[in-house]
Amino acid sequence: MTDRDTTPAIEFRGVVKRFGDNTVLDGLDFTVAKGDRVTLIGPSGSGKTTILRLLMTLEESNGGLILIDGEPYTHEMRGGKRVAVPEKRRRQVRRRVGMVFQQFNLFPNMSVLENIIEAPVHVLGLSTAQAVVRAEELLEQVGLADKRDARCTQLSGGQQQRVAIARALAMDPEILLLDEVTSALDPEIVADVLGVLREVAETTDITMLIVTHEMQFARDVSNRVLMFDHGRIIEEAEPEVIFTAPREERTQQFLSAVLGEDTADRS
Amino acid sequence: MNDIWSWQRAADVLPLLLEGFRITVLATVVGMAIASVLGLLVALVRRAPSRWVTLPVGFLVEFIRSTPLVVQLVFVYLLVPGLSSLTIGFLVLGVHYATYMSEVYRAGIDAVPRGQWEAATALNLPRARTWRAVVLPQAIRKTLPGLGNYAISMFKETPFLFAIGVVEMFTAAQQYGSSNYAYTEAITMVGILFLAASYPTSVLVRRLETRLA
Ligand SMILES: Nc1ncnc2c1ncn2[C@@H]1O[C@H](COP(=O)(O)OP(=O)(O)OP(=O)(O)O)[C@@H](O)[C@H]1O
Ligand SMILES: [Mg+2]
Repeated sequence: MTDRDTTPAIEFRGVVKRFGDNTVLDGLDFTVAKGDRVTLIGPSGSGKTTILRLLMTLEESNGGLILIDGEPYTHEMRGGKRVAVPEKRRRQVRRRVGMVFQQFNLFPNMSVLENIIEAPVHVLGLSTAQAVVRAEELLEQVGLADKRDARCTQLSGGQQQRVAIARALAMDPEILLLDEVTSALDPEIVADVLGVLREVAETTDITMLIVTHEMQFARDVSNRVLMFDHGRIIEEAEPEVIFTAPREERTQQFLSAVLGEDTADRS
Repeated sequence: MNDIWSWQRAADVLPLLLEGFRITVLATVVGMAIASVLGLLVALVRRAPSRWVTLPVGFLVEFIRSTPLVVQLVFVYLLVPGLSSLTIGFLVLGVHYATYMSEVYRAGIDAVPRGQWEAATALNLPRARTWRAVVLPQAIRKTLPGLGNYAISMFKETPFLFAIGVVEMFTAAQQYGSSNYAYTEAITMVGILFLAASYPTSVLVRRLETRLA
């Protein structure tokens, strides 16, 4: 193995995040290896979304460092002091990170195709023609080739989310953040979206950080599960282990609560 | 004494009124063009991170908004030599309404959901591109009814231009009235012309409002 391969894709070093006087993360440490598929589980308010938002620079941390491929991302130590990395350098690192949101957040003023080619053209510098070719491949992959010229507002939630996945993939991210991407969808559409994500997981080596209540999906796709409580990792294991024989009582409680409400576990 | 209404006089004054109407419409169109562009700039500048920028601009906007249009017209007319009355009229109308339009833009920009900004960040779009391709198109769509309403209100305020000697429709009517000792026809027709232009516009604006809502 080369040196590069052992550098973690993501490293949190003592990350602190506060909202007012609510300390959500109090010195969080964890690493995610390249190509890992990590699912974050834990009760509401345990900080899962906050972690993804910090990785997307949608929130500013109050302490500690976040490294991507070993590079300081939002803050760095300089002369013994923690200083913010300038936006210009953040951009270079952020290019490797993509995110799919619970609420899709497609641009309603653009067509499906325009949504997908916007960033490849204006961030990666592809020609429109190149970007369109790639966008069409991705639309094919998510099963929406025929919606190329539709307005996003005319699509169903499940379709919008698949476009959002295509839009994120069009940037060729090394790291993909998925925050409850099926929570806003009707149950019968959830499977379509998860199917698309399963295929992404099988056909690429993108590092994925997944927050989901779809435990069967988490089990199939991820190779590691982190159980959070009050901003701390209280248990960490392979999915087979954590879902069948969780060590911590807190994890057992949480899982039985989640799986209890979802007895018709889609397996 | 004259009759109360003479069709002859009505026919005589009509061409004068129509010329005045042309000026009125021109002032509104040019004034709103200035107000739309300048208003957007003001709205953007007022979001600048530095207080050294936002405070003076904010003060100026408040100042303009809280003094009467007619005072501003005369003030600029007396203070700035070498510009035609009409040019001053365009500029003052434009700047005055830019302060209103900036609020319309501000509301439109604030109404763009946070998720749109976040998606733009997640795609790493440059700041300028986020504004141009994502935020402004959505914000401006929401400002169209406000723009229409202010256009109507500016249209109805153009008679103030008489204070600096611009012969718009109302002034034309008055001039005709005082030289012929007969105001009825001219003033009535001014009212009708204003109504004829404002009413369809406001219906249009209301339609726009419901369609964009
Ligand atoms: N913008 C914010 N302002 C104030 N507090 C916030 C904000 N965002 C999150 N929090 C707080 O941070 C804590 C962690 O929230 P977070 O959204 O990360 O939890 P979560 O694990 O994603 O929960 P859920 O499962 O409900 O999505 C909560 O206590 C929440 O109230
Ligand atoms: Mg969450």
